[in-house]
Amino acid sequence: MLPYIIRRIFASIPVLIVLASFTFFLLRLVPGDPATLIAGHEATPEEYEYVKASLGLDKPVHIQLWKWVSGMAQGDFGKSLRSGLPVFQLIKGRIEPTLSLTVTTQIIAMLIAIPLGVIAAWKANTIIDRLIMLFCAVAFSIPVFWLGYILIWLFGLWAFGRDSAILPVATFVPIAEDPWEFLRHMILPVFSLGLLILAGIARMTRASVLEVLKEDYIRTARAKGLGEHIVLIRHALRNASLPIITIIGLGLAGLLSGAVVTENVYAIPGLGRMAAEAISTRDYPIIQGLIILIGVAYVYVNLLIDIAYAFLDPRIRY
Amino acid sequence: MNKQRINNTYIEAFKETPLGFIVSIIEYLISIIKNPKVLLYNIKKQPTMASGMIIIFLMILISLLSPVLMTYDPNDIEMDDRFQPPGEKSEETGKTYWFGSDAFGRDIYSRTIDGGKVSLFIGFAVASFSVFFGAILGSIAGYFRMVDSILMRVMDGIMAIPSLLLAIALMMLLQPGVWTVIAAITIVDTPRMTRVARASVLSLREQVYIEAAKAVGAGNVRIIFRHIIPNLIAPLIIMGTFVAAGAMLTEAYLSFLGAGVPPSSQATWGNVMAEGRTFIHKAMWVIFYPGLFLAIAVTSINLMGDGLRDMLDPKLRRRL
Repeated sequence: MLPYIIRRIFASIPVLIVLASFTFFLLRLVPGDPATLIAGHEATPEEYEYVKASLGLDKPVHIQLWKWVSGMAQGDFGKSLRSGLPVFQLIKGRIEPTLSLTVTTQIIAMLIAIPLGVIAAWKANTIIDRLIMLFCAVAFSIPVFWLGYILIWLFGLWAFGRDSAILPVATFVPIAEDPWEFLRHMILPVFSLGLLILAGIARMTRASVLEVLKEDYIRTARAKGLGEHIVLIRHALRNASLPIITIIGLGLAGLLSGAVVTENVYAIPGLGRMAAEAISTRDYPIIQGLIILIGVAYVYVNLLIDIAYAFLDPRIRY
Repeated sequence: MNKQRINNTYIEAFKETPLGFIVSIIEYLISIIKNPKVLLYNIKKQPTMASGMIIIFLMILISLLSPVLMTYDPNDIEMDDRFQPPGEKSEETGKTYWFGSDAFGRDIYSRTIDGGKVSLFIGFAVASFSVFFGAILGSIAGYFRMVDSILMRVMDGIMAIPSLLLAIALMMLLQPGVWTVIAAITIVDTPRMTRVARASVLSLREQVYIEAAKAVGAGNVRIIFRHIIPNLIAPLIIMGTFVAAGAMLTEAYLSFLGAGVPPSSQATWGNVMAEGRTFIHKAMWVIFYPGLFLAIAVTSINLMGDGLRDMLDPKLRRRL
């Protein structure tokens, strides 16, 4: 087991190197002068020089690359162009709301999606299955922010009047401060974002349970008179769980993209809000820092999932 | 007869160039249409695919006929008619806005029709470009084992980035416009396409006919463009429909976050909604109608993709 884990950790290093150098060259390979684009065409020469120096574009490329790599090794992801504060510190300050939103959404989506997927697979090709899959196709296709605004309109404005809205439609309350208010503030954001995530997980659950249901041991289990729910949960779902976990890990990047949008609908002061602020102030280093940190998080979550496989499934021997 | 043969040789020669696989795709589509029995059978078997196809066909038709269908100029500002509710006749100017009007008194119905044209085009363009680059990169990765590990690590690295953030970064470095949005989303989607293409190439390259082609002395370029890529078309068309649907959503998200096509130059479903977001309490129709059209279009394309997958390549079910 240990050699496998060590091998997997080493295998993640090239991906991280690619991630870092890709973001490095992104700024340097686009056509035109990036400093002009980021400073804007109406910038004064001083502003232009400031942007150029802050992005490290005023030195030869090999020195830029060295500073970039050594900086990141020390946790230095550059400084915000507008506030001058280190990007890492800014991101750290905004991470909690995003984490709360994504984790809550992921848990709730899984709780609903996995039973839905199992039912769809169990009732495969019946009207129930068709309806669940149609629901997933629609849920998968609705723009997250559109759904968000329609919900705000429904719950916050239209149905109960603006003063007697039953659900808060904006801002965020930390869970440590007031768990009840936290949940109330999370209902609408989780619903708008969760529908998309739910659809992905339910489709994958259906596909992998369907595959397992064809196996001989399912027939055996049924033949020896086990109840349908025991067959489904203990035999089918348990064996189908690995692909489901994979899709959850791979879906993390999509979940975060959705969270960026959702936060901007509900004014949740997390990383997504930060990204939108960075766009409007043309603060490129913040976007760059977000890309790297989220990319690294993605690589390591998927690494953990891979390692968890080896523990979860005794059939996997590397 | 002779002329026909010469024409064919030209087509055959063209097929061996990178652009040639566009010809192969067209031939493939023609072969589907020429054999309507299979298509009809599948449409009967999969009503959702058929309805998806019909709706998307209608939307394309609406886009093509947009100059006739629009009631007003989509960019016409009418400050007297700000936030006119849908379907009510304005007292100031006597105009009726079917889907209401926005903060500048522009007609949402016309903007929805006009924006749909661009949104659909962005979806189609991103799908075509990422299929094209994905097919070439995927074939190279799958065929030349030396390049494979390097190229795929690069793709893994790019795929680790949430697609929306990467698209935002690209849009900050490019001049905002329709083509740069297409370029940014294509860069984001190509790695996934490359993955699918590579996976198929890995099994294709072991086929006997590839061995036969090698035995008669075909070069690598000829084998890739003549024998491998044409066999990738089914999985790539299926993936392409999903990418088109996703690209239309990404366009909307980019506009929503302020990094998309600028609304002053050209309406898209995304930027019409983005402009309406601040007025949700006053005029929800500005965001409602374009979003409804977008949701319907994306759902139809996804349903079409699901149907095509079951029809063309049932084995793909597990992988996508």
